[in-house]
This record gives sequence, C-alpha cells and structure tokens, in this order.
Amino acid sequence: MAKTDRQDIPSPIGENSPRIDAREKVTGAAIYADDIQFGNSLLHARIKRSPHPHALIKKIDTTKASALPGVKAVVTGEDFPGYIGLYLRDRYIFCRGRVRYVGDPVAGVAAISEEIAEKALELIEVEYEILEPVLDPEFGASPKAPLLHPDLGQYAVVNFIFPQAGTNISNHFKIRKGDVDSAWEKCAAIIERKYRIPQIQHVPIEPHVATAKVDETGEITLWVSSQSPFAQRNLIAESMGISQSKVRVIAPYVGGGFGSKAGVSMEALVVAIATKVKGHPVKLLLTREEEFYTAFVRQGLVAYFKMGCDENGRLLAMENKFYWDGGAYTEYGVNITRASGYSSSGPYEVPNVRTDSYCVYTNHPVTGPMRGFGMPEMHAGLEQCIDELALKIGMDAVEFRKLNCLKTGSTLVTGSKMHATGLSDCIKKTAEAINWGTKAPPSAPNKRRGKGLAIMWKAPAMPPNAGSSAWVELAEDGTVNVGVGGQELGQGVFTVMAQMAAGALGVPYESVRIATPVDTRYSPYEWQTVASRLTWSMGNAVANAAKDAKRQILDTVAEAWEETPEDLNIVNGVVISYKSEREIPLKNLVVYGLPKPGDQGWRGGPVVGRGKFMPAYVTGLDPETGQGERAVVHYTTGAQAVELEVDLDTGRIEIIKGVSTFDVGKAINPEMVKAQMEGGFVQGMSSALFEILQLKDGFVRNPSFVDYRIATSADTPRELQAYIVEVPQDDGPWGARGIGEHSMVPTIPAIANAIYDAVGVRLEGPPFTAEKVYLAMLDAGIVK
Amino acid sequence: MAFHKINVTINDDLEQVVVPSNMTLMHMLRESLALTGTKNGCSAGECGACTVLLNGEPVNSCMVLAVECDGAKIVTVEGLAGKKQLDPIQEAIVQEGGVQCGFCTPGILISSHALLKRNPNPSEDEIREALVGNLCRCTGYVRIIESVKVAARMQSVTT
Ligand code: FES
Ligand code: FES
Repeated sequence: MAKTDRQDIPSPIGENSPRIDAREKVTGAAIYADDIQFGNSLLHARIKRSPHPHALIKKIDTTKASALPGVKAVVTGEDFPGYIGLYLRDRYIFCRGRVRYVGDPVAGVAAISEEIAEKALELIEVEYEILEPVLDPEFGASPKAPLLHPDLGQYAVVNFIFPQAGTNISNHFKIRKGDVDSAWEKCAAIIERKYRIPQIQHVPIEPHVATAKVDETGEITLWVSSQSPFAQRNLIAESMGISQSKVRVIAPYVGGGFGSKAGVSMEALVVAIATKVKGHPVKLLLTREEEFYTAFVRQGLVAYFKMGCDENGRLLAMENKFYWDGGAYTEYGVNITRASGYSSSGPYEVPNVRTDSYCVYTNHPVTGPMRGFGMPEMHAGLEQCIDELALKIGMDAVEFRKLNCLKTGSTLVTGSKMHATGLSDCIKKTAEAINWGTKAPPSAPNKRRGKGLAIMWKAPAMPPNAGSSAWVELAEDGTVNVGVGGQELGQGVFTVMAQMAAGALGVPYESVRIATPVDTRYSPYEWQTVASRLTWSMGNAVANAAKDAKRQILDTVAEAWEETPEDLNIVNGVVISYKSEREIPLKNLVVYGLPKPGDQGWRGGPVVGRGKFMPAYVTGLDPETGQGERAVVHYTTGAQAVELEVDLDTGRIEIIKGVSTFDVGKAINPEMVKAQMEGGFVQGMSSALFEILQLKDGFVRNPSFVDYRIATSADTPRELQAYIVEVPQDDGPWGARGIGEHSMVPTIPAIANAIYDAVGVRLEGPPFTAEKVYLAMLDAGIVK
Repeated sequence: MAFHKINVTINDDLEQVVVPSNMTLMHMLRESLALTGTKNGCSAGECGACTVLLNGEPVNSCMVLAVECDGAKIVTVEGLAGKKQLDPIQEAIVQEGGVQCGFCTPGILISSHALLKRNPNPSEDEIREALVGNLCRCTGYVRIIESVKVAARMQSVTT
C-alpha cells in the first residue's frame, strides 16, 4: 500500500454496513423505556389537567384525593416554584396561579395502580376563574389581545432571543437587508400571498414514557424515552435548584422522536412527583390521547410573502411576515422563529430582504421542535410563491430555481457567504428523475395528472456552542467500545458512529459496539439529539476519539519496534509497519501493553481515546438587521419532486411518484441516507395530505389515530426515488452533514405545485384533503 | 376484582398465569410475563404495535382480554425466530433496512409473517393491504413492503 493512500476514505465509510441495532429490534430484544421492569415498588403517575384554555387557578383541594387508599402522593405547583425551559424559561413544572392551555398540568398523583391514580384525579377539586383565550397568533401579536405571560420581561432568556415585554411576542427576529422599499419598482413581476399552516403532531409510535426514582439522599434517576438526556439533566436540575450531578438520566432506545422527545416536557412532572415518594420508582406513560395535545406539537404558522423579480427572472426582493402560533409556552419554540428568520429567503440569493418573524403566545397546545424546525412550514408557502412568480414572468419553474438558487459563495440573507453546496445539482437530478417538462396521460378520464418540484435549505438550529464528546476503548480481544451521549431514534446514528470509529481506528465494522444505553453518569456529554447534527458533530467527536486511541496504540508499538508512528498504521485490526513490514494484532496489546525485551518491564497499557467537537466560529446576528458573519454551522440543501393524480369526482390525490435529492456532503451509509429520504418524504406527504390538529376554542378535537390520520402502507407512493449529492462539508467527518429532517421540508410545496399543475388550484394551506381539493375545484369551475 | 387462572401456550411454552378480569393480553405479556417485545403504542386497537398471533391469527393484543386466552396458542415477536435462525421476514427486514426506530417492527413482523403463512406469494397490493393496521412513522413503509417481497422469495427457496 502506498503511503499516500492512508488518508483516503477508509472502509467502512461510505459503505452500506448493516444496522447495528437491527437484530435486537427484529427479535424483540431491544429495550425501550417502558420495557424496563421495576418490580412491585413501582408507582403509577397520572396528571390532572386544565379543562380550560385560559384561566386563573383560584383554589386546589387535594384532601380527598390524598385520602384515597392506594394514593401515595399528590403534588401541585405549590411545591415547585422554579421555572423551566430551554431557551426562555417561561414554564413551571406544574401550573402556578394560571393555566394556559387545555391539558396544562395542574396536579399529579402517584398511586399503586393507574386505575387508582386516575380515580384520584377526579377527587382533586380545582376552582378556576375563566379568562379570555388567545386563539390566533396574528390577533395574539396585536395590542388588543389579553396578555398570557405578564411576567415575560422577567423570564431568563438566552442572548439571541428577543422577548417583547408587555406583549404576547416571545421572540421577534428581524432581517433588514438591502433596500426592499425601493426594490419593488424595479420588479417586473411581484407575487403576494398568505398561507396558513396548521399545528400537527409528531406521532412517534412509542408514546412518551418516563420513570423517576429519588433516593433518600435526594439523588434522582430518570429512565426515559429521550432525545435529550443531558439537556433534561441540566434543565430539571436548574428548575429544582439542585446540582446537575444529582440527576442521572438513563435513556434506552427511542421508539421515534421527531423532536417531540427533545428538550424537557413531561419528564419534569414525574421527577417532581417522585420527590414526594422517595425510594419508589414512579412511572408516567402518556396515553395516545395525551400524546396528541399535551406533548409538544408543531407550531402553527400564518405567513405573508411578497416577492419580486426583474424581467430576466432574477429575484430582487422579498418581504416576509411570519406569525408563529407558539401555544401556551415557547421555551423551545422561540428558536424556531429565529431559524425561520435567518432562513427566510429560502435557498435563494436575494439582495433585498425584510423579514419579521414573531413567536406568539396563544392558548393552544405547547409547541416545540419537530422534524424540520420551522422549515417545512416556511417552505410550504415560499416555494409555492416561487412557482407563481416564475409563471408570472414566463419562466419554467425549474429554470427559475436554477437561476436564483444559492451557489457556492452566494451572499446569504444574513450577509455571510454560502459554503460549498450542490444545490444546483440536486435540482437538476430531481428534475431529470421526474421527467420534468413531459406530461404523461392520466390513468383514467376522470383524473388529472401533474408534477411539482420544490427546493429547500436548512441549518442545524442550536446554540452556537452545542457540543459533542465521545470515548473509544478497546477490550482484550481487540473489540472496540464507543461511548456516545447522542441517541438512536431510528435515524441510524449508532450504526454511523460505529462505521466512523471503525474507519478512523482501522478495525472491521463488526468489531465495534456502542456503549448503550446512554446514561448521563458515564456516557460522554452530548447537547441533544436534534437538528440533524449528530452525524456531523458527534461524528467528529467519535472520529477524534478513535484517532486519539489510534495514536496511543501506534506510539506504543513504534516504541517497541523502534520505528516512528508515521510509518505505522492499523488495518483491519492489525498494526502494520510500512517500513519493516512487521505486524501485530490489536488483541492483548490494547489492554496489557507490550513487554520490553529481556523481561525489562512493560509499555503501553489500556487504551482509552477521547474526542470532542464544538463549533467555535458561530457569531451573533445584529438584533435590528439580522446581519452577521456566520449565523449557523452549515446548510443542507436539496430538492424534491412529485407526480400525482387528482380525482375530479372526489378531489382525492394519489402520489404516483416521489423523487428526493439532497446534498449530504458525504453519505457515510448511503442506503440509510436513502431510507431517511424515503421516510421523510412519506412523513411530509402525510402532513401535506392528511394531518391537522383540529383546534376549536383551544380544544384538540381529534386526539386519536381514528380522527388524526397518518400515512399507512396503503398511502405510500409506489415509486419513491432517492439520490445523493456529495459536495463535502469542510468541517464534517469525511465531509458529512445531516439529512434526518431535511427530507420532509420541501414535500408540502412540491405536492401543492403538482396539484396546481394538474388542476390549476391552490389552497391556503395543508392538509390537501379530498374535500378541500374538491371544493377548490368547484370554486374554480373545474368541476361542476 | 376477580382473578382467573389461565393456561396459555406462548411461543411453545405452556404458561399458567393469574390475571385480573380486566387485564388485556398485551398487559399480561408485557407486565406479567416480561415479554416486552410486544409494544404498546395506543392501547386502543389503532396502531398495530401490539400485534401477536392468537391461534394463528394476527390480533391487536391490547383489544383482547387475557382471560379469553385460556387454552390458546400465542406467538409473539420473541417466538418468531427458530433456535438457530431468524424467520425469513426477520431476516428480510434486517437485510432490506425495513427497521428504523423499531417500535412498530414487532407488529409489522407478526402481520407480515401471518400474511406469508396464508399467502406465500402476495402481490404488492396484498402486502399494502395486510399492513394497513400497522402504523410506522419512520420508514415510509417502502422498505417494509420490499422486505415482505424478499421474505416471500426466501421462503419459496427454502420450502
Ligand atoms: S397498542 Fe394495540 S393497537 Fe396500538
Ligand atoms: S420503524 Fe419507527 S415506527 Fe416503524
């Protein structure tokens, strides 16, 4: 092997290594949080929830509930005065004084059975004084709206979020770039539109579940289905005023998260209850109904877009106003407002942009992060406007996008420069795969066929210093154990980390294990499993840890062989010398070290590599203009297209074919990257065609799988293609960047554009149900 | 609350279990027998995560009372594999990447296994139809449907 090959991409990077967790998962052996057996001392928790969207709590009487046999503890907000939250601490663990949505936790019960706990809830008497609710974000942002958080000005907040005290606006993000007002007169075509994107829910098939135990010394252990063991440790400790080291979070496999199990929500409730029944594990398992309106939901959005281009189709200006329906608490959601603000141009170079993105409190369910973090909602309208603008100026929608989309070095809406990107390639590949520009005949005379395409960008939205760390240790037999603090949610991160450790160290993939479950007591720190950041951020930490281990090993062997480490390498679990051509397997050497000749002692010893990664280059943005040097770490870009049929008799839409292409920098495991694109496409399609939380007067009217429909095996398109573009990320491991969320970002507008292509109607927002499409066709005179 | 002593064969083992009248088969499996491969996604018969074979038929075990299972034969995901090798549908799901978070997987496996038993060579439509009660939020079903096709082929080779 030539020396220069050593830095090449090593096996198994870029290979389709089998999922590390697949066998466990198909045999029923994989353990999820609700599978852990706690024995007879386990207590069951249930939560008394507000029946009103907005009210003052006048009195809570728990005496009858406490007296019920089998009840071990009843708690209220009285005992837990600390605020809790990720970016803006605007929430109590249990309500104190005021309830702000239907489902707000007012009291909690621990009992020897769920039935008794449930019965106790009925015995808790709460007196309310009902207040006027805020049910619309635009109204909520106006001075006429009743104030939901009179203390907003006093809440602790990070320095990049701007709450407006004395209003319901918990964050106002602004872009002021160029001169929008004078740009309009230079435009040859202008489009102005309003869209309304409803709240939806993540619907992980595993409901939220957490079990907490507090021992006599006050040490807390939490077993939980969680994307964020470390953030939960930190936020719960801060809220309760205890040391982080007193909270231990153990997080086994997660049965789907999509953001809903990030940050902290119901976990704090069960910890609070457990503090009152020391020694007993207390379990809280959300019912599917609770899942729909008391776990995080995706924010609703009312979006106004105005955009214009010159006669050649070049985008000149954009003016966007976003009213995000943040719901009752926006401790996490405030950052969605910011992310959509600094991404508000879409993946386009636009010289003049004015954006106002408002996070508004309403008396709706609490919103939080969901796959895409504001991007699917924002792109839903933006990418339809682009189609309309292209049509108006007389350009093909794909050509229009190719002309205006971000290229390497383009100036971004925040004023900085775009890094290397393959977005143009993604557009080209997607258009080709969907046979853009050709029209196939419909499958029946009562059907109309159409195609639509949309593009996207998305950056990991996180604090500038979100960090990752990892360790790598080796056993006597040369197998490798990798410690990580990020979570396997199904996205395949454990497999990818094992591939990276194997590649960086020089061992076969099969000899790598991941140290699970994640346990904050011994797993290395990881901010959260969110933002599609793990392949990139935790991947860097793992690669660094493996390189550190490798260096230790090579130093030992070099000393023993009297060679230099630069002439040595580890290939397939064997240390080899390019110079002397000697070899020694890792076995034994990595634990016991190597003997010095003549029985003169030993060198080396157990190997533990450590690695970390934290971006050091993210700068702040000017609060008035949203301009700054580098707002984010990077943007993943991509495109999707669909071909569909609309049934003229029913309005029903059938997706015939879907195509996805994303620039992932480097696909560490190409088949798993494609699996993300497929899964994301179908989740996006589901949100486009079926999903809406039906909110009426603050109540969610469809909290069940019967009334809230998600895509089934019957709905999935028969043809779903996925393509990978690889323009490397300069600071990604082997060039990789994330893909988990991006795959559902452009789906709604791609479908909307295809519906327009088929029947010439546009709707104010999803879901594009058969009924809505039919009525729109009726209105437009397409059917009679 | 009345309690009942029942005899059930679970994955070829005869078990004697004492169950309260209102206990579901899902709870009996998960809580009394610690067979936690069967998952609870809704407790309402709407997601399919709890699917098991009851006398050879796939059922949502959250909708079946344990007492009704006296004398019955139950197969859960833990009982799908043979002593030495996985069932073809398990093998196919691993090979085709038909699993992500894995929470729907036990139910998907049982429903697919039952389909392949009654129809060794199902069409694409028959596969989609057979899995319609098994919700999956991760995979988009594409690779699951493909896995069933692959398992059918594997089976036809081995039998
Ligand atoms: S748990 Fe039985 S169908 Fe959902
Ligand atoms: S793999 Fe996650 S729900 Fe199916």
